[in-house]
Amino acid sequence: MHIDSIQNGIVIDHITAGQGMELYRLLGLDALTCSVALIKNVNSRKMGKKDIIKIDADMTLNMDILGFVDPDVTVDIIRGGELVEKRKIDLPQTLTNVLTCKNPRCITATEQELDQVFRLTDPVHRVYRCIYCDTSHKR
Amino acid sequence: MRGLNNITDLSPAEIDDLIRVAEDIMTHPDRYADACRGKKLATLFFEPSTRTRLSFEAAMYELGGNVLGFSEAQSSSAAKGESVADTAKTVSCYADIIAMRHPKEGAPLVAAQHAGIPVINAGDGGHNHPTQTLADLLTIHRERGRFEGLTVGFCGDLKFGRTVHSLITALCRYSDIRVVLISPDELRLPGYVKQDVLQASGTPFTETTDLLGVMPQLDILYMTRVQRERFFNEEDYLRLKDSYILTPEKLTEARPDLVIMHPLPRVNEISVRIDSDPRAAYFKQVLYGKFIRMALILKLLNIHVKEE
Repeated sequence: MHIDSIQNGIVIDHITAGQGMELYRLLGLDALTCSVALIKNVNSRKMGKKDIIKIDADMTLNMDILGFVDPDVTVDIIRGGELVEKRKIDLPQTLTNVLTCKNPRCITATEQELDQVFRLTDPVHRVYRCIYCDTSHKR
Repeated sequence: MRGLNNITDLSPAEIDDLIRVAEDIMTHPDRYADACRGKKLATLFFEPSTRTRLSFEAAMYELGGNVLGFSEAQSSSAAKGESVADTAKTVSCYADIIAMRHPKEGAPLVAAQHAGIPVINAGDGGHNHPTQTLADLLTIHRERGRFEGLTVGFCGDLKFGRTVHSLITALCRYSDIRVVLISPDELRLPGYVKQDVLQASGTPFTETTDLLGVMPQLDILYMTRVQRERFFNEEDYLRLKDSYILTPEKLTEARPDLVIMHPLPRVNEISVRIDSDPRAAYFKQVLYGKFIRMALILKLLNIHVKEE
């Protein structure tokens, strides 16, 4: 399969195989008008299989979403067809409007204009808790 | 603006300070009688409460301050659909400090984010109730003189009992505490409290359904009510509500210096025949609750009264 290389844009590499579609959705890439390629199950020496997303435009990515879904991805910044920067992603300390609290007793269930904010409470098990009611969300 | 949402907002050193001030208030109430003159406490109670609201109001009056507020959502703008944030912004134009009870978990935190004055969480659904925990800690300190080295039994509804979760969290920050969890299987302490609090702090704990079997070990017995309002299903409530009822007969094997506590209100889980037992501390808890709230109001308003 041949995918054109990009001139100015972003490559999200080393996505755990099978997670590319979730990232595509959460990052809102379906709303872009530029070329976007989601390549699934690419052979990888390091990972066996991986997903890759190529975005043929400069844009600001929500690094919190990237870190939450797959903190092992790398983000390659491409300028003039050359790799100019390789960014590693950290597990984000807080997530705003990425997750929705499922607790019907939480204030966010009735006051829906409130931001949905989750805080990382257990980095080892990647547990996030709603800052309002402490309900956990674990990946 | 600093308030109190969760008991862990206060360090153990700050809790020690609050206990010291509360005990000074108990000894020298006259010194504090005008400490909050000209200050107003707003009690915003979106669900019914007797002792917590009256405790806050009594605390503010005994500090020489004034109180305004409401005691049910129907008499507030919430009935017209006003958001918690807007209520908090509005009230902060009238008052110096807010005590809020709300049926929704996290509502006092939302208020604190918008108020511009200190907000005290006076209970948010089944979530937090930090001033009850402060009252519990003052009670233990007054009755046993220390926190370290105690075996504390929690009995009844440990699943929905917010006071239990908060007190366990507070006690686990002291050394050499042992916790005994006594409940029916359906009302056991949630896994996340066991994992994030008990196991994370290395606090030894046991779980049992047998109150009588563990009674001789206990320094403190913290009884709780099975609360109707925490159940979605009436059948579950009726089946579990009488699970553990403490009677004088069940205290036969208890230590002579046991301290029996209960956040109140009680329904039938402690027999009234125990009220005259010197080990019953639950009405003292109510009194101590007022004094620790006085100390908290002073702290959050940054008012210092010279102690001797």
